Amino acid sequence: MSEVTGTNYLECLLKSWQAKPIESLSWLNQLRAQAIDRVSTQKLPTKRDEEWRFTDISPLTTLPYRPSQPDVNLRIQDIQHLFLDEVKNRLVFVDGYYSLQLSAVANPALVIGNLPALLSTHASILESHLGQYARFDQNVFTALSTAFLRDGAVIIAPRNTVIADPIHVIFIATQHEVTSYPRCLLIGESGSQITLIEDYVALQEAAYITNAVTEVSLAGNARAQHIRIQRESTQAFHFANCAVALAHASHYQSVSITQGARISRHNLDVRLTDEAAECTIDGLTLISGHQLADTHTCIDHSKPNGTSHQQHKCIADDTAHAVFNGKIIVRPHAQRTNSSQSSRNLLLSKTAQVDTKPQLEIFADDVKCAHGATVGQLDPEEIFYLRSRGLSEKAARNLLTYAFGAEIINRIPVISLKQQLAQTVLEQTQSN
Amino acid sequence: MIIENSPTILSVQGLRASINGTEILKGIDLTVKSGEIHAIMGLNGSGKSTFSKVLAGHPSYEVTGGTIQFEGKNLLELPPEERARAGLFLAFQYPIEIPGVANTQFLRLAYNTVQAQRGKEELDPLEFDDFVREKMKLLEMKPDFLDRSVNEGFSGGEKKRNEILQMALLEPKLSVLDETDSGLDIDALKIVANGVNRLTNKDNATILVTHYQRLLDYIVPDFVHVMQAGRIVMTGGKELALELETRGYDWITANKQQDAGVSA
Ligand SMILES: Nc1ncnc2c1ncn2[C@@H]1O[C@H](COP(=O)(O)OP(=O)(O)OP(=O)(O)O)[C@@H](O)[C@H]1O
Ligand SMILES: [Mg+2]
Repeated sequence: MSEVTGTNYLECLLKSWQAKPIESLSWLNQLRAQAIDRVSTQKLPTKRDEEWRFTDISPLTTLPYRPSQPDVNLRIQDIQHLFLDEVKNRLVFVDGYYSLQLSAVANPALVIGNLPALLSTHASILESHLGQYARFDQNVFTALSTAFLRDGAVIIAPRNTVIADPIHVIFIATQHEVTSYPRCLLIGESGSQITLIEDYVALQEAAYITNAVTEVSLAGNARAQHIRIQRESTQAFHFANCAVALAHASHYQSVSITQGARISRHNLDVRLTDEAAECTIDGLTLISGHQLADTHTCIDHSKPNGTSHQQHKCIADDTAHAVFNGKIIVRPHAQRTNSSQSSRNLLLSKTAQVDTKPQLEIFADDVKCAHGATVGQLDPEEIFYLRSRGLSEKAARNLLTYAFGAEIINRIPVISLKQQLAQTVLEQTQSN
Repeated sequence: MIIENSPTILSVQGLRASINGTEILKGIDLTVKSGEIHAIMGLNGSGKSTFSKVLAGHPSYEVTGGTIQFEGKNLLELPPEERARAGLFLAFQYPIEIPGVANTQFLRLAYNTVQAQRGKEELDPLEFDDFVREKMKLLEMKPDFLDRSVNEGFSGGEKKRNEILQMALLEPKLSVLDETDSGLDIDALKIVANGVNRLTNKDNATILVTHYQRLLDYIVPDFVHVMQAGRIVMTGGKELALELETRGYDWITANKQQDAGVSA
């Protein structure tokens, strides 16, 4: 095995990608070529980079993570436990590769499928959206994803169409010491409504890298609910870049749950590009052991009358380390912006750590911006109240920890998923 | 009601307790027998809530002297949850809000814990739902309080009703109601008092902490105690509350000083 470390790591990664598929579409080839170009001019971030100062990813480069191969034989019964009652359309990707057998596509009212299959039928809409929001000039992970662009979930909610049943996109990790590149594109045409569940799961404890990129574009008056569950192996590295563009009076609701990975980094960039757009961004990080979970969000108001509400919560146990950096930009023209952000954090042990930082950059004068951050332990008065009703101290602590997280989980608009997660959180908070 | 030869439920002797090194309770003596209703009155800061919380086992208070016997057990040896399971109930002066825990989940957990302790049957969510709705009728509470988070956003009066609902579910041996009447409107006061009256019987006992005679019109106490600076300084029948209503507390202080003067 060749030694892949430090500076030449990216080079080696690029070289290892032998099967660069040549598409007949020149725009796609061009996009990839640009991205490859960008990879070669960038470096992996280190703790010296301001944006990465809490997150040391050097362990990543000590293992020769090859690109994953499309060669596993997962059966439907292996993943059935992940299925949700409400879902009629499901796209399943195994180590980044689309699995036709495991997927189910049933709704003729929307466009849904794997990227290569839609390239010929939906070339122009894909060309105008794919790679346009998740910018790769500043981000080496997005650049890598775009350079390696192949399979990907594509969902298009057509004009004025309400898709009542949620779309479930499952990215399953099965291989050791590989890197996979999950990719997702959601396009909500004007007046459409849709719910997307993006689900990252591992079927076993293994070390691997997930480098995920998701793009969401909502046209005028479109609405989307976007749920993101990261439940990777606790040995895995998970890097995710999600970029969202919101047009006039569109409405975006996002709930992100981070439970897995040894080291994870989730960037969520939401741009309110036109007037009266609205977003609600909620997040819950629930980690223990040696896990590190870093969430960076950026909500960028560039036009008037925008609204954004954000609540992020972290629960850290043992020696886990949670990071939340919430940037809110209100540009000069974005008058009458109404924005709120709250970061609440719960430390369950003396050695757990949370770094939370609101970052407000406000250039308009007529705005309402509220923000607050707290880091604390469980409230002794709440514990006493529960004990005075007969609950043991442990049961009381568990219930309160669960409740702290449940506030975010309860925002998930899909009942079966909400129950599934509530159950795992309940179990997780009762394990120690 | 005062019953002859009725068994003692609570016996407090010379109880002293402090918080952060400040002594708040300075020697409390109190005996409560089965069937009795006791009222404890006294100025703000005299130690009524402290006494209630020490009874319930609040870990912030350090008991520095005295004893508490509850149904023959040494209460001070028990952690709060075991006191609750043994049949002690405190309705908080300021009930705690617990966002994220559905009231019904909390009530069922508490109910089942206590039931299990008593060797009785636990209820599943459906059975419990029927059961708790019946109890809520007693207090004229709307069923949507079940789905909301524990006390979160409840008005002051709604919180107090939720406390009494818990009392109704747990069927304690001894209930300590710390200013359950404060913040209730007249109608709510009647409803809550009526609820409490229906829960009291010859086999349990109640301690009412209150500032107002008004409550005692509805729940008639057998004894009224006056607390001052961490001690019970005077005990009488229900007419003592009326006297306090008209005369205030000054005369007691005067009396006490006189007493002290005599005994010194
Ligand atoms: N942490 C603390 N440190 C110091 N003193 C305290 C602390 N907590 C309570 N006290 C004091 O203990 C005294 C008794 O308080 P307590 O709440 O028991 O009074 P109370 O009789 O219930 O009053 P109220 O009628 O206003 O409810 C008060 O003087 C209060 O300031
Ligand atoms: Mg008090």
